[in-house]
Amino acid sequence: MNPAIQGRVFPAVPPYLVGREKVREFSRAVFSTNPINVDLDAARAAGHSDLVAPPTFAVVVQEATLAQLLAEPDAGIDFTRVVHGDQRFSFSRPIVAGDELTATLRVASVKSLGGHSMVTAESTIVDASGAHVVTATSTLVVRGDE
Amino acid sequence: MTISAPVTPAIDSLTVGDIVAESSFPLTRDSLVRYAGASGDFNPIHYRDDVAHAVGLPGVLAHGMLTMGLAIQPVVDWAGDPARVLDYQVRFTRPVPVDPDLGAVVTVVAKVGALEAEAGVARIDLTVTFNAVTVLGKAQARVSLV
Repeated sequence: MNPAIQGRVFPAVPPYLVGREKVREFSRAVFSTNPINVDLDAARAAGHSDLVAPPTFAVVVQEATLAQLLAEPDAGIDFTRVVHGDQRFSFSRPIVAGDELTATLRVASVKSLGGHSMVTAESTIVDASGAHVVTATSTLVVRGDE
Repeated sequence: MTISAPVTPAIDSLTVGDIVAESSFPLTRDSLVRYAGASGDFNPIHYRDDVAHAVGLPGVLAHGMLTMGLAIQPVVDWAGDPARVLDYQVRFTRPVPVDPDLGAVVTVVAKVGALEAEAGVARIDLTVTFNAVTVLGKAQARVSLV
């Protein structure tokens, strides 16, 4: 992997519109049993404007930014050798159906460890007003030649 | 029917080490296909044994992000609202192979790891196992209880 990509900021990906049925579909897929994920009346009774997405829904918005990183010609990342090492979501507020979210990836660090490389990618996700919603951070391990 | 706002645990009722939630999730191949569709992660190692074998895996594996996504659900139900999760991180330490006939049962135990009384935040530590082996490391969520 090319260590010079550390610090690189990628262009923002096109906005992602969070659909109410997508939130329901994702909630079911992660075995959610919380009504605030799927029932509009329950979400509004809890003070939300619409359905609240499960915490890890942010990965759906983050995904396009990771695709940019893996496709970057000079990054030297062989995606067939990539293993997902760590994942983190840090919220300023939850994702709610109706949000229009824009994600921007920054390469926070590139490290080498025992023949493997590790890249930590930090995708900052903001709403239509530009306010921070969540930062999704992934560490990808790229296995060295065996 | 009137829907009331969810009940949130009082932070001063908690002690470090308390188990606040426990749950088991029976995964099948169907669960993986559902998660692939909901998340957009169509890596074939999550639904095709031939592809999994070709890259040296014992068979189809659950998406790490599915394991991460379901593991927070008992905490969400305990806290009462998915919006209470301020931060959630995991390390993917071991894969979860999903047998075509038997599936795989993932077990989650959520304990109070630390309390920030002034901020009204509890750190909840998750122990996530498959076949009595831990599959996520440093699985922690910071949950707002105010």
